[in-house]
Amino acid sequence: MAGDLDPWNRLRRLTPSRVGLGRVGDAPGLKDVLAFQFAHAQARDAVHMPLDAPAIAAQLPLASVFVASAAPDRGTFLRRPDLGRQLDPASAARLPPGPCDLVFVIADGLSARAVQDRAAAFVQVALPRLKGWSVGPVVIASQARVALGDEIGERMGAGMSIMLIGERPGLSVADSLGIYLTYAPTRGRRDADRNCISNVHASGLSYEQAADKLAWLISEAMARKLSGVRLKDDVDPATVAAAREGAALSRS
Amino acid sequence: MSIYQTIAGNQRYRFDGLKALLAAASPARSGDELAGLAAESAAHRIAARYALADVPLTDFLSATFVPYEEDEVTRLIVDGHDPAAFAPLSSMTVGQFRDWLLDPRTQTAELAAVERGLTPEMVAAVSKLMRNQDLIAVARKRQVVTAFRNTVGLPGRLSTRLQPNHPSDDLRGIGVATVDGLLYGAGDAVIGINPASDNVPNCQAVLQMLDELRQRYEIPTQTCVLTHVSNAIELIGRGAPTDLVFQSIAGTEAANSGFGIDLALLQEGYEAALSLGRGTVGSNVMYFETGQGAALSAGAHHGIDQQTVEVRAYAVARQYKPLLVNTVVGFIGPEYLYDGKQIIRAGLEDHFCGKLMGLPMGCDVCYTNHAEADQDDMDLLMTALTVAGVTFIITVPGADDVMLSYQSTSFHDALYLRSTFDLRPAPEFEQWLDGMEMLDGKGRLRDTLASGRPMQRLIGGMQAVTDGR
Repeated sequence: MAGDLDPWNRLRRLTPSRVGLGRVGDAPGLKDVLAFQFAHAQARDAVHMPLDAPAIAAQLPLASVFVASAAPDRGTFLRRPDLGRQLDPASAARLPPGPCDLVFVIADGLSARAVQDRAAAFVQVALPRLKGWSVGPVVIASQARVALGDEIGERMGAGMSIMLIGERPGLSVADSLGIYLTYAPTRGRRDADRNCISNVHASGLSYEQAADKLAWLISEAMARKLSGVRLKDDVDPATVAAAREGAALSRS
Repeated sequence: MSIYQTIAGNQRYRFDGLKALLAAASPARSGDELAGLAAESAAHRIAARYALADVPLTDFLSATFVPYEEDEVTRLIVDGHDPAAFAPLSSMTVGQFRDWLLDPRTQTAELAAVERGLTPEMVAAVSKLMRNQDLIAVARKRQVVTAFRNTVGLPGRLSTRLQPNHPSDDLRGIGVATVDGLLYGAGDAVIGINPASDNVPNCQAVLQMLDELRQRYEIPTQTCVLTHVSNAIELIGRGAPTDLVFQSIAGTEAANSGFGIDLALLQEGYEAALSLGRGTVGSNVMYFETGQGAALSAGAHHGIDQQTVEVRAYAVARQYKPLLVNTVVGFIGPEYLYDGKQIIRAGLEDHFCGKLMGLPMGCDVCYTNHAEADQDDMDLLMTALTVAGVTFIITVPGADDVMLSYQSTSFHDALYLRSTFDLRPAPEFEQWLDGMEMLDGKGRLRDTLASGRPMQRLIGGMQAVTDGR
């Protein structure tokens, strides 16, 4: 293609898609093939990286407790989402009974890398915005799905659980943090009972933006004694991230 | 409930009912393990296949998979069964049905003739007795041709959906990806976008942009925004240029209810699209997506294994004479299809079963980053499906869907398949590509991104259509 005259130099800025790749025979060029493979490799590594809970605990301004789900290893975790939503019995016994207004749960989810790099820093940014609420010890959970926060919150007598969890890595972002807020967490809560702040990462929402939104959602949820779809209806609805989650879920 | 038994390796195996037998006979996959339905051991699985081979097809007409009274999909299957079409198969066992399918005397006409005599459970059952090569060889014999603004599914053709998704539905971003795909000769099955936001004005803006682009170049293809059928009905009411009505569907009433649909709503969408009369060479106006695991993930599988309940969704689809149907095979995640092997098997099953049910079956050859799969697995599946005569595949710029965050197949992949197997796009679309000076003398796609005219025309048009919106 002809250097500066190549219109794709300009068009590529209009979408994050891999457009204007060009061809070698019918295939893309090797540079583009390797760029794809590197992005996929990063995503795979993010999924399979083990959580280093003590390293997170050392960066936290609060006491913390380590727990594990009933999924004993990564392979089981990926095959059995139901086990990732239950505590293993020994972990359940370690949880302090509470009560407290808020509990932070830091969970590896599908990207340990996201929580390893971001969760403690986010808690530090969020805490000053949550004055007036009692905050329990931070729970750091391995092989954990979102709904594990329900059992943790229930056992700790928490008014709300705030789960910081690694989102499923994409090719463009492998370290995106998701924040799920659940009022009156108890086992059996549905996804519709939660509010989600998605896409917290370097090119997405900043910690400050996410923390502002979290503080607002918490005060609304506490005032109205609910969270989830009914709460979201009154908030600026169409954050792209939320819509995107919905689209992904309804795809098939 | 019938009890099925067999002796294999000096051991007696017993299966309580067809549902349990089908589940145990199914090739291994994580979704059936998650549901607690899978065979207890590898030997147990093959014993189930021995037993299944001897089951008369007529047993399927009396077996209960979901009670008739509580499931409208069951009523559709039972009430729609055609005994005359079934007659040639009525004395066969599942094993004999497999042999009949593989018999060289069984060709498209014979397969089409029995289509309404087949229940989805019979089709699922026989697939469990077939190796991957059998699924390929038989599917290849069953041509299903549909049409709207072009003709999809003809022999010697491979169509593609151009999927120009954008994370925030930016019209210029969508436009760039659309032009990119057209320059690779993609988009004859449909230019179909998954909107990031389902809100109706947003969908309308995307539809209008795509329709203007299509009209500006008189592209003989159809466009679609893959939003909920109720939104499509609303869009049609507002006068949005709607070619195809889309919906994700599943194989039980309860699972469809999880999608917010029932058969009456699908019928309403079907009639609304038909009333517009926008097709020029045909009037197939529906587009459905399916995928193994959908019913289980909705807690609505009624103890049926995920492959069998998937085929029940095809009974729903065929009711509305769709232009396109595809399984989104690896999208749902490793808890349903764990790795490349399971995804490849499921893709071949879904295609085979869809074709036997008379559907214009395509495939989104795809996976997520937490599945044990990569693009090499997709290469094998798309190649095998193309040999099997798949109607269309999904194509995304660089195989990377930046909105749904998963990997599919690319415009390049479709070029590879067309070159390797000497396949062309839909004839009307091929003519258009030729008119746009995008084909060489042998009908192969020129390197259009490197050479000026078609690219400049399409980019100019895309800018004219998206600027000022």
